[in-house]
Amino acid sequence: MSSPERGVVVPGDVLDGEGLKPGAGTFSEGGRIYASLLGIRREGGGYVSVTPLGGRYIPRTGDLVIGKVEDLGPSHWLVDINGPHPSPLRVNEVPWKVDFGDTASYLDVEDAVLVKVINIDETKRVEITMKDRTTRKLTGGRIVEISHAKVPRVIGREGSMIKLIEDLTNTRMFVSQNGRIWIDGEIDDVVHAVKAIEMIESDAHVHGLTDAVRDFLEATYGKAE
Amino acid sequence: MAETPKLIDSKGKRLDGRKANELRPISIEAGVLKRADGSAYLEWGNNKVMAAVYGPRECHPRHLADPARALVRVTYNMASFSVGERKRPGPDRRSTEISKVTSEAFSSVVFLEQFPRSSIDVFVEILQADAGTRVAALTAVAVALADAGIPMKSLLAGVAFGKIGGTVVLDLGNDEDNYGEADVPLAIIPRTEEVVLLQMDGDLTVKEFQKGMKMAIAAAKEIYEVQKDALKRRYAVSVEELEAKEGAEEELEEETVEEEA
Repeated sequence: MSSPERGVVVPGDVLDGEGLKPGAGTFSEGGRIYASLLGIRREGGGYVSVTPLGGRYIPRTGDLVIGKVEDLGPSHWLVDINGPHPSPLRVNEVPWKVDFGDTASYLDVEDAVLVKVINIDETKRVEITMKDRTTRKLTGGRIVEISHAKVPRVIGREGSMIKLIEDLTNTRMFVSQNGRIWIDGEIDDVVHAVKAIEMIESDAHVHGLTDAVRDFLEATYGKAE
Repeated sequence: MAETPKLIDSKGKRLDGRKANELRPISIEAGVLKRADGSAYLEWGNNKVMAAVYGPRECHPRHLADPARALVRVTYNMASFSVGERKRPGPDRRSTEISKVTSEAFSSVVFLEQFPRSSIDVFVEILQADAGTRVAALTAVAVALADAGIPMKSLLAGVAFGKIGGTVVLDLGNDEDNYGEADVPLAIIPRTEEVVLLQMDGDLTVKEFQKGMKMAIAAAKEIYEVQKDALKRRYAVSVEELEAKEGAEEELEEETVEEEA
């Protein structure tokens, strides 16, 4: 039975190991490898790395995320993807033929979109696209934000948690890497789904969380009848 | 003029009963503010400090942004009710100075090049002051930065030493600071014993200074353990979460395709 504190490292902790190379979340100094983040020490493929336990969402190429349009110009939009900077979305990266200056007709400020991160350059500028078949504009529904580190818990083992909430509340949900969750359904159902998500976020560490959420939702709907 | 109180007696006992090289009790709680990216609440003796970190995020105003690295912007502030005589709200020269040296201390350990054009905004509020607030603030900020997932070479531990009644002592209290002969706040990288912040108020001989440094470095290592403990307690249950994450990571991609169907 592993002690809960085992493997948690703080910045500056030495990461020992035979012939290991420095991976993500680490740095090397004077021939030794140290953690640069607060997280869990992991080893794999000859590398030692630290998986962060908290902190902001940092975009990676290939991420499919829910963004909110923050601003627009004649040939681009600025989309907040919950990372350190908003990302530019250019007119040649959307599936519509947009005339110069006509950007607002397609996506306006405060619209929600599902976008894919296609490239991050050396200056950490994030390029996104909506030309991918998995991307689209999100209409209707509601978006809630949780800590991006809790996203796997909301999805659950093999998607079990998210399916449980969708089934019991009769809603459709999409959980994205940056901690944003889109929920669509009847107003009351969406409210219950949001409560279930809040429960997961605050009690993510509890064993038998799936059962607790199931009990909570069944009780909520049981009362309504 | 009132007589200076006797700060340390012949047996080496101080006003609050501490020995020369004893720290006041310190307790730290990480992750106390929900909206901040990272936070910490710290009590050090009678000091009460709250630190919050936001970032890395877009640097506003834009013209201050550095295209090659992040900026660490610290705002140290003392609440009006934190001291006996109400402190006028708003930054004063002392707060600006402490903000500056704290920012410089952390700029030397944070991996700034990982977040070009961004700002890491740090806010530290003193809710109750009892001498040594700048090192208490610094110690809290280190925990808040780690809690926010900001990559650093190491945590920084803040500690101060000084001289009272001719004796070099660690961690001055309020009266000791007011009536003592010297006060030296520091920030130290505990693992390497490097000093990233050093200020001095008063007079010390080189020998006294060296004696104080030795005490401070030893104390910094103790403080580092308290900081580490606060961070580990915050995430004490995360190993189980990680197991859930392992199972769910593949599912995220399947979810995407499912949604489109």
